Formats: sequence, structure tokens, C-alpha cells
Amino acid sequence: MQTAKEIISFQDVAKNYRGGNDAVENINITINEGEFVCLIGTSGSGKTTTMRMINRMIEPSRGKIIFKGKNLKTFDPVKLRRTIGYVIQNNGLMPHMTIKDNITLVPKLLKWSQDKMDRKATELIKLADLPESYLERYPAELSGGQQQRIGVVRALAADQDIILMDEPFGALDPITRDDLQDLVKHLQEELGKTIIFVTHDMDEALKLATHIVIMDSGHIIQDDTPDNILQHPASDFVKELLGEERLLQAQQNTLSVSDIMSKNPAKITLGQSLAEAIREMSLKHVDTLLVTDDNNKLKGFIDLETINDRYSKYSNVSDIYQPNRFKVKTTSYLRDTSERILKQGYKYVPVIDNDNNLIGIVTRASLVNIIYDAIWGSEELDNPEGIKLPDSIAKESDNA
Amino acid sequence: MADQPLWRQLIFYFTHNGMYILEQFCRHFLISFYGVLIAAIIGIPLGIYIANHYKLGNFIISIANVIQTVPSLAMLSIIMLVLGLGPNTVIVTIFLYSLLPILKNTYTGMRNVDPNVIDSARGMGMTGIQLLYMVKLPLAMSVIMSGIRTAMVVAIGNTAIGSFVGAGGLGDLIIRGTNATDGAPLILAGALPTALMAVITDLLIGLLQKYFEPTNYMKK
Repeated sequence: MQTAKEIISFQDVAKNYRGGNDAVENINITINEGEFVCLIGTSGSGKTTTMRMINRMIEPSRGKIIFKGKNLKTFDPVKLRRTIGYVIQNNGLMPHMTIKDNITLVPKLLKWSQDKMDRKATELIKLADLPESYLERYPAELSGGQQQRIGVVRALAADQDIILMDEPFGALDPITRDDLQDLVKHLQEELGKTIIFVTHDMDEALKLATHIVIMDSGHIIQDDTPDNILQHPASDFVKELLGEERLLQAQQNTLSVSDIMSKNPAKITLGQSLAEAIREMSLKHVDTLLVTDDNNKLKGFIDLETINDRYSKYSNVSDIYQPNRFKVKTTSYLRDTSERILKQGYKYVPVIDNDNNLIGIVTRASLVNIIYDAIWGSEELDNPEGIKLPDSIAKESDNA
Repeated sequence: MADQPLWRQLIFYFTHNGMYILEQFCRHFLISFYGVLIAAIIGIPLGIYIANHYKLGNFIISIANVIQTVPSLAMLSIIMLVLGLGPNTVIVTIFLYSLLPILKNTYTGMRNVDPNVIDSARGMGMTGIQLLYMVKLPLAMSVIMSGIRTAMVVAIGNTAIGSFVGAGGLGDLIIRGTNATDGAPLILAGALPTALMAVITDLLIGLLQKYFEPTNYMKK
């Protein structure tokens, strides 16, 4: 995002209403082109106030807002608003106008030709995924979800590149909300619109945003990407807002392999004999050994079946070991590894460092611990080393 | 003539004085209409204005309320002192009585427009004037209409009293009937068309009001 063009930036913006209490204070946000910014906070946190300053529905008391390189105050409010899409919670459709008139309201204010407006209306009703016949209907004839679809696409009628949304999906049922979230995400990803989205729903913010601003009682608490916020919540307030469940899940997603691997995999070196290998197996109660050279570089593995088949012909580990199909680096994310183990049926994955040195091993059993913690909660996550791994490669699985 | 049944006398009067009654009917209607029209011309813009100025609104509406409490005959007499006899006195009286319903309904109608709709209209870049005539007025129109409807019905009744100050209209027939011996047919010849006028006006404006009803937009 560093290369993206800056489009809106708040500089020490504050707003106080008569009566003295500060609605917002010390607001510094930089919004880049094409971002999906979620302003999130409890009610009264000033998120809506902040958003409404962008189209000058509310004027800041102090500080300034730079919009497309110029001070926002130099823009005429009416003309400015026609270039910024605006979607509010209760759709705000004009009840006395048809859907078509509603969609082409801003173009009409801009005095487009009727022909051009008609084409735009047809184009946008398709984008909203509604039949064209709806253009002649009145808002009251549509369901709540359909109305809000119109509310969303209406914000694009005059090719606005910035869209402000104030809790647009708060009053919708979960399924309709999902649909509309996809539509909005599509606008941002495919059409490159910059979206500033106010919500109090953390799931919504995490699903949609590329940039989350967390606010509380008029101040910005944290301003970062969703991943960074999940990994490094700035305060207890943020943690509370995220909820313990999400934090645990996030931790699972961002845990690296080295956090949960077992550091003492059952292994054997190339030069040792098969007899030694079998002894090692019985000692450690495993059916597979990882094979390394004398410098602890990972070479492959050897399992009981192979030894059993070929014991009569060969005597050395180096003769019959097989190379590993899959191994991970210590820095890999657990989520990628766990998927391989759980879905593709690997019993274990060896962990190596950058020089191919064998460092540890992740087995199905280590994953069980993580899942257990995610479901039941655990303090052990803070010291994953404490996880008791079985003696590495489990003996229960015979069908590799 | 007096030995005939009442309804025969009435028909006789109607057939012989039909044009006179029609003339008085029109005169009666126009006096009411002018009064309400002036009240609407002044009341609607004033109502729009005070809807945006809440404190002033309460003050002006309470003045209109006080005017409404003065009995109509007293009001007529007071205004007669200034304007003398004739229809103008009645028109001013009607104007004063129509002001409250029109003002109050305009005020209520404007304030009841969904704030979400206004917010989104402003947020989409409407100027104040555009907001007024594209959004607020169309949505408040049905409530404003119902104020005009009330004013009009009351005005037709008050115009009948207007005959006392020499304004003419159907009230003339009623007063003549009350003063004459056996004046029942005269009273009816004045009262029936007055009632008819009130009912028809009420129905017509009622239809108009329904046309502007916002909930109607889904059936049209």
C-alpha cells in the first residue's frame, strides 16, 4: 500500500459541539486510493462523525482534512457531495421516486441527458443483480435487502470513486448481509473504488477491510491492517472488541511452525545400519525415522515397512531411505502446514531451517493440541513449548 | 302556497330562483376559496420556515391558536370595524381561521419527513432548494393537503355567517328564512346547498390528499 496514492488525510482533526464535549479529537488518518477502510467502535465513539466530515456534512472545529491534495474547505460542499457516494443505514431511498429516479438522482442533479441516465440505470440495476423491470417500481415494493442493494449501487451512479457507508447493513438479516458484503467488496476489488465504511460489527470489518481504524470515545485507538490488529492489539479495549475467540483463532493463523513443533524428532543418520534403525524405532515407539546426514541436513525418511521388505538385501540406512515429499521452514505459518496435514493426509511434516538442517517435526498430535486450545481456551498458548508432543512420529498410522 | 307540503315549496323555490341560488352558491364558494387561498399562500411558506426554526415555530403556532379561539361572529364584527361591510371582511376572517390548520399541518408535515431521507438527499449533494421541492414538499404534501381540507370545510361554514356583514352568499337565504314567517323552505334552500358544497369540497380535496399519500407510491 505504500505506493498507493493518498486520497484523504485527516490532520489533527477535532470536532466539539456547543456544550463543550468533544465528539472527536486528535484524528489523524491517511486513506489511500482503493483502500477499504473500516471505522469501528462502540456507539458514541465518533466514527460516524469522522466519516461525515469527509463530505462536509459535519465541519471540523480544528485541524484540516486534505482531499485529493487540496484542503477540503476549498471544495464547494454541494459539488463535493456529488462526487462522493453516500450510503446510510436505512437505505435513504426516496419513497416518492421510482427505483430508476432514485438511482439517477445524482446524475439528474448534474444535469445529464435522459438517454445517458437511462443507460446508467440499466447498467447499475444489473450490477445490483436485480431484474430490469424493478426500475419502474417504488422502493416500498422491494424487500429490505433489495432496497439496500439499490442504495449501494446508487452511490456509483455518477462514477464516484469514493463511497461513504454508515452502518449500511446493520438492519439486515445475516444472509442478505453476506450477499451485500460481497457486492461491496466487489466494488472495491474489481472497480477500484475507495470505500470508507462505518460499522460496529468486528466480523464485518475483518471480512471487508484492508485498513481498520478502531475508535473509542472520540479517539483513535488503533489504525492498522486487520492482520496487524489481530496479531498486536494495541490495548485491552481492542482485545475486548476483537473477542477472545477471534484472538485465539488469529493466533492459530499466525502461529509459525516453530512455535508448535517438537524439537526432538526421532531420526537416524545415513551411515547407520538398519539394525540400529529398528532399535531406535522400538526405543522411541515410532514406525518412521527421519534420515539426516552427519551434519544434521535432512535427507529423507525411512519407515518400518520398507525395512521389513528389504531387510534381507540391504543393511544400511543410506541404501533404502526415501526423500521427503514435503517439508516446511521454521518460519512458515502453521495454517498452511495444518492444511496439508489435515486435508492431504500427511502424518507428519519435518521442519528445517534455511540451510536444510533438521530442526523439528510437526505431527497430527501437535495439531490436536492447538485445536483443543482453540476450542476450550488455554493459557498454554503463551508458551507453546509446553505442549507435550508424543514421541514424534505417531505409531498409530500405518497407511502412509 | 303555504298550504303545500314543505318539499313542494322547496322545489317551487328552486325552480323559480334557480339562477339566484346558483349565483349565491358561486359567491359563497369564492369567498371561502379566496380566504383559504390567501391563508395557503402565506401559511405554507411560513410553515416551511418555522419547521426549520423550532423555537419561532412554537411561538407562531400559539398565536394562530389564540386567533382560533375567538368566536367567528365576534371576529367578523371586530374586522368589520376596520374594513366595513362587504365580502372583504369575510375573506379576512376566513383567512385568519384557515391560518392555523394550514400552518400547523405544513409544520407537522415538514418535520415528519424521514430524517434518513433528508440526510441521504443532502449527502448526495442537493442544495437547500432542491431538497425542498424534490424531497420535503412532495413527502409533506399529503399532510399539507389535509390542513387545506379542514380549512376549506370550516371556511364554508363561516362564510354563511358572513351574510351578517353583507357579504352575500347562501347565508343570505338562511337569514331571510329565519326572519320570515313560515321561512322553512328558504332556510333549506340556503342550508342544503351549503352542506352539499362542504361535503363535495371535502371529498374532492380528500381525493387529492390521497393522491399525494406517500404510502400510495407502492400501488400506483
